[in-house]
Amino acid sequence: MSSSGHAPITPVGTYIMVFVALLIGTGLTVFAASRDFGALNTPIALGIAVTKASLVCLIFMGVRYNTPLTKVVVVSGLLWLLILFGLGLNDYLTRSWMGVPGR
Amino acid sequence: MADVRQTRAGAVSPVAHASAHAEHAHHPRQQHHFYSMEQQLEASILGMWIFLVTEIMFFGGLFMAYLVYRHMYPLAWTESSHELNVILGGTNTAVLICSSLTMVLAVRSAQIGSRKGQIVNLILTIMLGSTFLVIKYFEYKAKFEHGLVPGPHFDPHELLPNGSLVPLALPQGSQIFFSLYFIMTGIHALHMVVGIGLMLVMLVFAWQGRFTPDYYNPIEVSGLYWHFVDIVWIFLFPLLYLLGYHFGV
Repeated sequence: MSSSGHAPITPVGTYIMVFVALLIGTGLTVFAASRDFGALNTPIALGIAVTKASLVCLIFMGVRYNTPLTKVVVVSGLLWLLILFGLGLNDYLTRSWMGVPGR
Repeated sequence: MADVRQTRAGAVSPVAHASAHAEHAHHPRQQHHFYSMEQQLEASILGMWIFLVTEIMFFGGLFMAYLVYRHMYPLAWTESSHELNVILGGTNTAVLICSSLTMVLAVRSAQIGSRKGQIVNLILTIMLGSTFLVIKYFEYKAKFEHGLVPGPHFDPHELLPNGSLVPLALPQGSQIFFSLYFIMTGIHALHMVVGIGLMLVMLVFAWQGRFTPDYYNPIEVSGLYWHFVDIVWIFLFPLLYLLGYHFGV
């Protein structure tokens, strides 16, 4: 926060809770991979990974206390990543639809 | 233009420096182009994040390649994933999460002005990061022994307890999976090495008592780097190790 001086110091308990949540998330990922959810296995694994990454980003990296400008930069990184994946897959996933030679 | 001349001649003399500051006293760690210590910290964090976004795009390119080839060779992906060691990979995930905890505690120690806390937590972070690399070494070693390194010597085989070799038939595209496995985890490991190097520098700074509740920018942005490397692994672990992984199969 630019106007209110230093970011508040996060209590150790909060960090411990995030740490435990991350370990539980890891166990959950391994457990989910041991079950057959068909096509849903990868989305479930990614969902857990995104949740874990968000926890690290918001609490450990302190993005929740960053300035709006820094938050925009963080979100822009994800946005560009989605553009890369979106347009990349838009190409590769649709090549077989048209029966174009040399796909 | 006296200031310019002084700069060209080398370091500005302390007397000139002090007199230039006579009207506006500021923290000795505050650079002249910042209004305040807070702004300086925000600028450091912003700059680090801009770098981290380039890192996101760097790893993003590899994940894109992963997506494309996984779409092309789905069978190779699940079959090859079985060859990775989930126990070691999972242990490494836990090790990195532990190191992220000690990393935030090191930054927090700097924020509350505990030199001892910084030193202890930085040493723990370095030790956990090194543990990750040691485990990674044993994983790579096993891959070499099982002929899973892509290239002309790609020759997958199982090593039975009685010492005999059993050839392993992996589907087409498995070499691409292992290429991506080695590139992605290898570059991640390289980031770990850089991170450990950074933490060693931070340890020296912490030892010298350079970080105070007013000024802890270097350890803060080094922490951001460390957590970023942790996040990359959080995605690599399920995407490489856990495909079609079933207990007892």
